[in-house]
Amino acid sequence: MPHRTFFWFMLPSLVSMILLIAVPIVSVLVQSLYIEHEQVVVTIESCGPFGCKQETSIDLEATAKLREAEPLGRFNGLGTYFNRNHLATEEIAAAWSNSGSLKAFLVQVLNLPFYKALSFTLTYTFLVTPLVILLGFFIALGVNSLSSWLKGPTIFVSLLPMIVTPLIGSLILFWMIDARGILGAFLQRLFDDPELSLKASPALTWVMLIVYGVWHSAPFAFIVFYAGLQTVPEETLEAATIDGATRGQRLRHVVVPHLMPLVVFITLMQLMDNFRVLEPIVGFSASANATSLSWIIFNDLRGQDVQLFGSAAATSMLTILGVSILMTPVLIRTWRDFHRKVA
Amino acid sequence: MRNLKNLALAAAMVCLGGTAAQAGCGISGGSVRILANDFAALHAVVGKAEECAGGGVTFSKNHTAEHKDLQVAALKANPAEYTSAVVANGSIVPLMNEGLIRPLDDLVAKYGQGLQKHQLITIDGKVMAVAFMANAQHLFYRKDILAKAGVSVPKTYEEVLAASKAIRDKGLMQHPFALNTKTGWNLGEEFVNMYLGHGGEFFKPGTAQVSVNNAKGVATLNMLKSLVQYSNPDYLTFDSNATAAEWEAGKLALAVLWGSRGAPILDDEGSTAEVTGNTVLTGAPTVGGGSIPATTLWWDGFTIAKNISDQDAEATFRALVHGISSEMVRANNDKAVWLIEGYVPGKAAEGVSASAVGGASPYPMLPYMGLLHTALGAEISDFLQGKESAQQALADVEAAYTTAAKEKGFL
Repeated sequence: MPHRTFFWFMLPSLVSMILLIAVPIVSVLVQSLYIEHEQVVVTIESCGPFGCKQETSIDLEATAKLREAEPLGRFNGLGTYFNRNHLATEEIAAAWSNSGSLKAFLVQVLNLPFYKALSFTLTYTFLVTPLVILLGFFIALGVNSLSSWLKGPTIFVSLLPMIVTPLIGSLILFWMIDARGILGAFLQRLFDDPELSLKASPALTWVMLIVYGVWHSAPFAFIVFYAGLQTVPEETLEAATIDGATRGQRLRHVVVPHLMPLVVFITLMQLMDNFRVLEPIVGFSASANATSLSWIIFNDLRGQDVQLFGSAAATSMLTILGVSILMTPVLIRTWRDFHRKVA
Repeated sequence: MRNLKNLALAAAMVCLGGTAAQAGCGISGGSVRILANDFAALHAVVGKAEECAGGGVTFSKNHTAEHKDLQVAALKANPAEYTSAVVANGSIVPLMNEGLIRPLDDLVAKYGQGLQKHQLITIDGKVMAVAFMANAQHLFYRKDILAKAGVSVPKTYEEVLAASKAIRDKGLMQHPFALNTKTGWNLGEEFVNMYLGHGGEFFKPGTAQVSVNNAKGVATLNMLKSLVQYSNPDYLTFDSNATAAEWEAGKLALAVLWGSRGAPILDDEGSTAEVTGNTVLTGAPTVGGGSIPATTLWWDGFTIAKNISDQDAEATFRALVHGISSEMVRANNDKAVWLIEGYVPGKAAEGVSASAVGGASPYPMLPYMGLLHTALGAEISDFLQGKESAQQALADVEAAYTTAAKEKGFL
């Protein structure tokens, strides 16, 4: 294809990628480097149904002048990234110097909001991703061996968890695992412990969120693998059977290698999705026991009457960084494979 | 025939004109667009204001629990998306911080004859909002359960603990007590209430520097921790909807709930006569030997946007004054604790008025209070779950607040 044609062919997607991906990211990056103006406060008297009181209030005229002079706010460089609510470099240094043991140091680090969130986010990502791939693969194998009239309905039912909106799905489960909900009450009976609560214990909350994550994402892996299974070459399988390969050996030496590119694809998608886990934490009201990077952004923007745009922007950039780090090994592998094939 | 047709048309015109004149509440024209939270008392007010629609007055409303997240962006537009935002003493602060609402002195002078002095929210000498109802969290108790346990009605949180223990020891209920302790805003609010009950100050006087890591803060946290021992283990997920449902299910004997939940709990829907018949509302308890009830007083009122035409502002003000008329109160007396003339306090209002009479503080209207509230809501659950000490939790609160306040430009 001549360069000219290629350019015109690519132009629409290039423009939309710049407008919809690059520009917002740059805007968020710029936002994360600024903090708000100094607020000029004045003491005033406020009166209402419950009497009068001296309160402070913002001097609007003075603030408006500051704003006009510097519409973006005060430049803070990377200050927001390193403050206590993000990477907390000072706090970590202090924790390192004043804690006697590694355990005490870790306790102090995990008490900082960013690292607390990171610990759950990473645990969730690294448990849910492989479990989704395994479960999805076995469901696909199971469905593939069903007789054809059963396949349609089974596929439909297996896809249901993915069709349910994540927030709604987690809210429904939230009520089911309530102490008086059907699952919660059943577990209490099963373990004969009236105090058992999936929502109260940190460990059980983590387990619940991870189980939910697997339940919700397994259908995605299933449908991709199921599509892949339809393309496994019959001749190779037959040849393997003639050579005396058992079902397990055929699976290991023919089916799995054939599906490997799909495993890479699902791993990439799942790493990205799981690193951004948010809905189940909100739906399960689990933020006392488990927070994620996305939840921190959500809390900065929607936690109260006031929004912390700079802080949310900094966490967003750190999330992008995190996703890139997670995906690097998979991408390097794909790159090598690609070059080997070309060579 | 033709004449008859004309006559009919004319009659129709007269009728139409007649209703329009009446429906307009005397307003000549303008646009009324109201943003409000979503509960029964506000439906009553805005519904009444809607009667003013017609005759050149266009009317629209948006009742949503997300109102706090919409209001700043919606009123910042010029012309503003809404001509009025119905707010409470917490949610008026962001509008004030951005200067998005207009002083109402001239409108009050012209059209506000029916309003009472205490309804006017005056900030720095200017009327910025008109309040119409009060709210507070206060004690709900089941008189039958207390009688069975042989305890009198608790006046202090220490007595609440003793009563809960008695109820548990007699085997009446395993988890007799509840607060709205869902992590986030609700939990932060419980700290605010209890800390004010201890006589605490949130900030060093005249500054935005936080000071909650002190003996009163520790006492507050210890009291909250002792109280949640008598709550269902799921307490960190309990918001107002959850606690009200627990109460109506008869699972609680003592609870500190919002006054605005009183009427729906006491009505004959969603519960049994045994529960509703024995539910009594009373003032919030005091704590730690303090003299004032450990709760905060809230008002709900309306504001008028700045970025709208004077005609729209006038139309909106007059429609909402009609909305909070004594006529509306007569029809909806028990839906809220109204601050409006003609209100007859009922059974559901007793808790809020007892708390107000007891001298409870209003929720602080400080521009940086919201940041502290967020920090409290996020950080103190670690202490309640026994993961860290009270001092550490309060130090975390102060550090989280200070970081946020620096970003916001308050420090």
